[in-house]
Amino acid sequence: MRTGRAGRAGQYLALLAYLVFLAFPFLWLVSTAFKPPGELASLHPTWIPRNPTLENFRQAFGEQPLLRAAANSLVIALAAALVAVVVATPMAYVTARHRTRLSKAVTGWVVVSQAFPFVLLIIPLFLILKNLQLVNTLTGLVLVYVVWSLPFALWMLTGYVRAVPAELEEAAAVDGAGRARILVSVTAPLLAPGIAATAMFAFITAWNEFFFALVLLKTPEKQTLPVVLTHFLGAEGVADLGPLAAAAFLATIPSLVIFAIIQKRITGGMLAGAVKH
Amino acid sequence: MRPRVPALAAAAMAFVLLLAGCSGEDSSRTDGKITLRFQSLAWQEESVAANKELVKEWNATHPRVRVEYVQGSWDSVHDQLLTSFEGGEAPDIIHDASDDLADFAYGGYLADLRGLLPARLTADIPRQSWETTTFGDGVHGVPFLQEPRVLIANKKILDASGARIPTPREPWSWEEFRGVAKKLTAHLGEGRYGVAWPLKDPVSATLNLGLSAGGRMFQRGADDKVRIEFTDADAVVPGTVHDQVTVDGSASPTALGGGGSDALPGFFAGKYAMVPLGFSYRQQIAQQAPEGFEWTVLPAPAGRAGLAQGVSPQTLSVAEDSPYKKEAVAFIDFLLRPANMVRLAKGDWMLPTGRQALADPSLRTAENGWATGAALARHLRSAPAQSVRGYPEWKDKVATPALQEYYSGGIDRAELRKRLVKDGNLVLARYQRQ
Repeated sequence: MRTGRAGRAGQYLALLAYLVFLAFPFLWLVSTAFKPPGELASLHPTWIPRNPTLENFRQAFGEQPLLRAAANSLVIALAAALVAVVVATPMAYVTARHRTRLSKAVTGWVVVSQAFPFVLLIIPLFLILKNLQLVNTLTGLVLVYVVWSLPFALWMLTGYVRAVPAELEEAAAVDGAGRARILVSVTAPLLAPGIAATAMFAFITAWNEFFFALVLLKTPEKQTLPVVLTHFLGAEGVADLGPLAAAAFLATIPSLVIFAIIQKRITGGMLAGAVKH
Repeated sequence: MRPRVPALAAAAMAFVLLLAGCSGEDSSRTDGKITLRFQSLAWQEESVAANKELVKEWNATHPRVRVEYVQGSWDSVHDQLLTSFEGGEAPDIIHDASDDLADFAYGGYLADLRGLLPARLTADIPRQSWETTTFGDGVHGVPFLQEPRVLIANKKILDASGARIPTPREPWSWEEFRGVAKKLTAHLGEGRYGVAWPLKDPVSATLNLGLSAGGRMFQRGADDKVRIEFTDADAVVPGTVHDQVTVDGSASPTALGGGGSDALPGFFAGKYAMVPLGFSYRQQIAQQAPEGFEWTVLPAPAGRAGLAQGVSPQTLSVAEDSPYKKEAVAFIDFLLRPANMVRLAKGDWMLPTGRQALADPSLRTAENGWATGAALARHLRSAPAQSVRGYPEWKDKVATPALQEYYSGGIDRAELRKRLVKDGNLVLARYQRQ
């Protein structure tokens, strides 16, 4: 069925509305970050600050160790993403290529495990990490995030593996390549967009996570960005809105940069896969 | 194509080394010195600075007992502390609010401070404040900062209306307050209101202010079990709010669902003449009010029990697991010396509990309403429900929806009474079975 001009215009309009909807919170955050206190509490707020100021940024950096917290978050999120894809890729391969009752049961369990609430897990997890002497270490938090993101990462990657034609692997096997070689040299490059997307998911999960980081990291030197951001909140939800917005705006930048880099990889990988297929 | 396995193995090895570098337990308590961890929930710029300075001063004068400042967060503090207690990793000195302590105190996580507290500190803080941290027979925290609910008013509108200005000596009665709100609404005209009640969390505000009218709601019987009652005295505060919103039209119906900060833009714009808020909100008002905006702090209305109202002070406790309780209490004593308590109170824009700190001239000035707040301090009592087991469930599942419906005119007083009492007692009974 062909879409007429009016239909296309409607589609673009819907897309535009959706983009505006998605962008609204971020743009409002940026606007708030540059507003002086008087404008923050205005009954008629404006998109563009009337008297833009950097005072919120000065206060945010002066009050809290944002750079150190951002560095901690970056190390943790990158490590969690890397480990998650390194572990999940071969698991996904096995689950996708060898579809037995066991692999179906594993997939089912993986999906169910996502339903457990954090609060239910945190005390046993804390005790396990304490016995391993991993409380208040970045390593401990990385392990938690890997375990936390692994089920979904596995689920995502299994779908990508299934999309890679098995005939290519069979051809490589005929040429004498072993399983490891096939996985690394044939399947992995075709999986690149899926691996990149999964890494992005694991990164964002770890970058934004608050509760485990709050509970597991005790010393200020090790706290992550989401934990430090809550230091701008008082009792009963009262907030130091300007500095909070400034800090939150800065906290979004690494995600945006990494997403921009990985997005190219996703697109490139998709095209490469298409040509080979 | 060359195999990439060795490269991957090298990367994995480098990663393991990186993680190993990230590891490492804290190395305190290895050089013969004691290190105490003090988790503070201070969050305002001045308050954080005051806490850090005091820790620094302590460390400079106590080389054997070092205090490490740990910045905590009000967000999720209960779950964080619970996990830390269960895991045996709690901070030695814990900053929290008294209404959050009951579970920890009854659970045996917080040290009983009786016998550890110096006589100076015990005598300096009034009995009614100590009641907020007394659970069973033990005292499980030192109450040090508190805030009454006050009326913050637009001075120009209030003066222009010709209404009598209340003082702590001669406050408005609840009836008079209702009359003034009506008068202000008429004076302001269409779309503007005498008062905005920010009651996103309506239960604590209703119960705490209810003490002024003689309300108690939670009655402890001879069998030590608590039952909920809803007397005429308990109905004064909710009845006033309800009537202002649904009968008089003198309170904004839209402000009901918001928090204190949400009401400020309308307050600054002259849409509301008065906003009942916690005392510490003055900081936001002083910072955010537009130039030329004049505001004043008035005492909350009084009933047959005068200006009494419930509060849940901020507290300092010591973890039961801490091996250095004596040293931890010594630090608390230092932190709460009168001059230091004043610094903490000013940093948080709250009132100190200590009598000596409260007498400090800097907390008795008319500027920013300090004097009004200080005059209310002796009327503050323990929040009615904070030590009642089952209160959080009653609050979330029964009282909050019931009060919200009542305030917005969805149900009448009889239905409110039925829900609070009948449904409420079923909840409490589950927690009080032997």
